Amino acid sequence: MKILVCISKVPDTTAKIAFSNPTTYDENGVTFIINPYDEWYALVRALELKETLGGTVVVASVGGADYEPIIRKALAIGADEGVRIDAPESDAFAVAKELSEYAKSNAFDLILCGKETIQYNGGIVPGMVAEMLNLPYVFGASKLELKDNKVVLEREIATGIEVFESSLPMVVSAAKGMAEQRIPNMRGIMAARTKPLAVVASCGASSATEVKQFDMPPAKAGCKMIPADQAASLIQLLHEEAKVI
Amino acid sequence: MKTLVFVENNNGKATKAGLEAASYALAMHGGNAENITAIIFGEIQGDAGLGEVGIHQAVLVSGQHNSLSMADKIQSWMDANQGQLLVCSHDNVGKEIAPRIAIRSGASLISGATQMASVGNGVVVKRNVFSGKAIAEVASKNNKVVLTVLPNSFGVKKIGGSCSVSAESASGNDQVKLIEVKGNHDDAGIPLPEADIVVSGGRGMKGPEHWSPIEELAKELGAATACSRPVSDIGWRPHHEHVGQTGIAIRPNLYIAVGISGAIQHLAGVNGSKVIVVINKDAEAPFFKAADYGIVGDAFEVLPQIIAAAKQFNASK
Repeated sequence: MKILVCISKVPDTTAKIAFSNPTTYDENGVTFIINPYDEWYALVRALELKETLGGTVVVASVGGADYEPIIRKALAIGADEGVRIDAPESDAFAVAKELSEYAKSNAFDLILCGKETIQYNGGIVPGMVAEMLNLPYVFGASKLELKDNKVVLEREIATGIEVFESSLPMVVSAAKGMAEQRIPNMRGIMAARTKPLAVVASCGASSATEVKQFDMPPAKAGCKMIPADQAASLIQLLHEEAKVI
Repeated sequence: MKTLVFVENNNGKATKAGLEAASYALAMHGGNAENITAIIFGEIQGDAGLGEVGIHQAVLVSGQHNSLSMADKIQSWMDANQGQLLVCSHDNVGKEIAPRIAIRSGASLISGATQMASVGNGVVVKRNVFSGKAIAEVASKNNKVVLTVLPNSFGVKKIGGSCSVSAESASGNDQVKLIEVKGNHDDAGIPLPEADIVVSGGRGMKGPEHWSPIEELAKELGAATACSRPVSDIGWRPHHEHVGQTGIAIRPNLYIAVGISGAIQHLAGVNGSKVIVVINKDAEAPFFKAADYGIVGDAFEVLPQIIAAAKQFNASK
């Protein structure tokens, strides 16, 4: 079983969001992490599959040298090999193109990604990779099992759980429920130093979209406080003032 | 610009998210439906509700379909009709179909639109980034465009009218099979992602046995119930109720948070709500900074007053 896990570098959840110019995120003083959906769900599930079935887990990321710390972190958690595709993370199309060109030359049985990044919240890279490789794809699976060379997936929907069965190879994007976060131990961190981290040349993909400008959301007008003993007036305010009921 | 809207079918009716995509496409065309066609798969009742949102023509594709066979049919429509724009919802199925069409047609895909697109030299649209903490204005570079619309952002605009439905067929695909739907969630409840009003409880509720005021208020307001991450992690409430960064993101008109401090991860899942009410006994809870209305007090004293007022309000309607 050869599994590719695609990971992305994102600002820590609690990082300050500011822009140094209209199109550039201000990285000053920001701590970067592996995108939580990629790490907690996709990577850990891949490692669990490897532990029961044997095989190899490769993590790949599209980005500059500043992406190597997060690839090392994935190696410390337990991935076998790291790959950095040396291209700018310019948009979903370009990233998907770089990943799929890399995946084409390596026969992966399963490609796992997080369902979206917490930075761009696009959720479309895995679907694009699937299309570029002409593979089946399920978005946002909360459970993944392998049975008789088939993949059985569950996905939470508003009214219940959908169960899918798919052939391999395929692409899956992972949501909450697929696995639990693993904290790398000292042995893992030491081992990660000597694990292979290959730098692969860009295929030269160009982007299909561009960000014209970043803005902050409009500030809230402020919180209107209602004394606890007048809590009943909330309903009237929601009806007459906020007009939401 | 010749436009196709993909509308998901739920038991014969268009989903709310699908109708929102239709309303969005119509608004992009300045209310003129002439160049818009909707596509829906399976069996429908009447026009599935498409006429009411101002769509005049729809293609109904019979049979069992997964996102692969739907993408095949959508692409063949786009090719046969010189389609330049596909609009669909940024939901599970939309996120499987949109990337395929974008790659096959050489279109720019902009996902998760939260505001109306402007069409001129390409399409420019605003979307949330950094989990709602910032907004990006994104422009297409290619002539063809695929747009996914974030559910509960634009709303369904009911304007009335009729829609003529032409039936077509297409072959299915069995690479990915839906083998079962486990309807294990509370059938009586309102699906959380579609709810206009959500009442949510956190650790401040002190235990699963104290959830009845949350459920009662939700019932009076016609709301769905939700919870914070710690509450689902310790098993007080089911996982599908968890809203936040790693659970689901919701954008209701009204979000009432009871006993939730408002950690940044929780805010990331609810900051698209139009009006936020926070009830917390800690006046320093960070959630008040993101709220429109706040009550500092004990949930078990405050909620009964609000429930009584909601009952009175319902009786007077």
